[in-house]
Amino acid sequence: MTGTDQVGGPTKGRIAVVGVAESDLGKVTDGLTPLDLAAQAAGAALAEAGLTKDDVDGLFSASSYHPNATLEVGEYLGIRPRYSDGSSIGGSSFVSHLLHAAAAIEAGMCEVALIAYGSTQRSDGGRLITPSRPMPYEAPYHPRFPVSMYALAASRHMYEYGTTREQLAEVAVAAREWARLNPKAFLRDPLTVEDVLASRMVSSPLTVRDCCLVTDGGGAVVVTSAERARDLRGDPIYLLGGGEAHHHRNISQMPDLTVTAAVDSGSRAFAAAGLLPEDVDVVQLYDAFTVNVLLFLEDLGFCEKGEGGAFVSGGRIAPGGELPVNTNGGGLSYCHPGMYGIFVVIEAVRQLRGEGGDRQVAGAQVALAHGNGGVLSSQVTALLGTAAALG
Amino acid sequence: MRPITAEGASEAVPGRTYAAGLAEGRLLFQECGDCWRAVFFPRVACPHCGGRALRYRESRGFGTVYATTSVYRRSGEPYDVSLIDLDEGFRMMSRVDGPPAEDVEVGMRVRFAVETVDGEPVAVFRPAANGDGPTTGARR
Repeated sequence: MTGTDQVGGPTKGRIAVVGVAESDLGKVTDGLTPLDLAAQAAGAALAEAGLTKDDVDGLFSASSYHPNATLEVGEYLGIRPRYSDGSSIGGSSFVSHLLHAAAAIEAGMCEVALIAYGSTQRSDGGRLITPSRPMPYEAPYHPRFPVSMYALAASRHMYEYGTTREQLAEVAVAAREWARLNPKAFLRDPLTVEDVLASRMVSSPLTVRDCCLVTDGGGAVVVTSAERARDLRGDPIYLLGGGEAHHHRNISQMPDLTVTAAVDSGSRAFAAAGLLPEDVDVVQLYDAFTVNVLLFLEDLGFCEKGEGGAFVSGGRIAPGGELPVNTNGGGLSYCHPGMYGIFVVIEAVRQLRGEGGDRQVAGAQVALAHGNGGVLSSQVTALLGTAAALG
Repeated sequence: MRPITAEGASEAVPGRTYAAGLAEGRLLFQECGDCWRAVFFPRVACPHCGGRALRYRESRGFGTVYATTSVYRRSGEPYDVSLIDLDEGFRMMSRVDGPPAEDVEVGMRVRFAVETVDGEPVAVFRPAANGDGPTTGARR
């Protein structure tokens, strides 16, 4: 057994997010560093909670620039944590940090956890900054990391289920329509399915518009016990459940290219929360590429395996659609500094607090935040909710 | 100097054994002596059952394209990157030589060949006629 059926993770309602913030995004002022951006976001998130850096005793970070990220962030901000977690499993790391922070707080290892991230990959040349090195058994064939790996998954999904390029394009169009409602989004021009299909092919079947942005940006999330949260500024957003999973690192080792480990991370999260996909009001999925959204909607149980393409068609995940997905505009149109995971948590919390502005999903009580890392490798799912969702 | 080896472990360096096979024009994979499943890439422990009795086998070199992409570049034609399912039940990344990259399709039957890439022998594949090679050998 792989442990799929084991329920564990955070105790529903014991842990709360009390502050979230972004740093400058997009193309930031020349000379700002990844740590500057992490610090901008950390300061704003702590201020939102009515806390200071001296309240932080648990520190969580990951970075493509700094292998010992929590040391760098701790030094920069003057934080001396008693619990330090630099788990680095790709772009999903920060959703993982949220779950690890919950476990640490429940275990009494820390009380106020700060998760912080920053990247200046757009300023640094506009290409993905990654510490990943090509796998020796893949390197001779020169796949373009990471897009070719996701393209391989898309090719298999198209072969097995008849998924079309138009259906993939629907994901990019929905993301853009949400981005048009978000003043902080990087790309806000209108986008059609035809535009996506006609844009530059990168690694077939994925065009440049099937791929996430390359932006600068940082984010921070402050987590504490529900008890402590009651004394803080603002309405706490509660962690209802969470789960993580990974089955492979390299795409040639992925057992089935149409099924991700989100099947496990999602079932663990829903079991811990005692919820079903139909209970979720708003969904934030790590959309590094359009195909991700199809795979995760299927694997997390929002539709049957193979039906993701049909599911996203007709604007179902766009503004006004049945299931609001990636309401900030996602990695495809809002912001993608290389490791997007922290932004799925930030947007989930904003939606639950009703702070979404023009893109607010009315009455959202339960949100799903899902992180992806590597090449469909690490999958981490968190379910968050308002006080009303605690039932 | 003779290395001190862990109890029950092979002294062979997995990557080196694989490369030596390619240099002789042979595609090697491993088979687990405990669970009898095929293993690729070469390693010192079976990822299926944890067994350490991995032995090398030579593939007959016939397989099927499992997934494929054409990688586009600023100049020149796109090139193929594919995942190949070998009939013995293992999968590897490779490329299909011969047809234009965009003509390589999932499900295509292919046959192993060796090409030199960056001065090193590398496993590649070429289209095979449908029905070429043993098709009953898949053990997954």
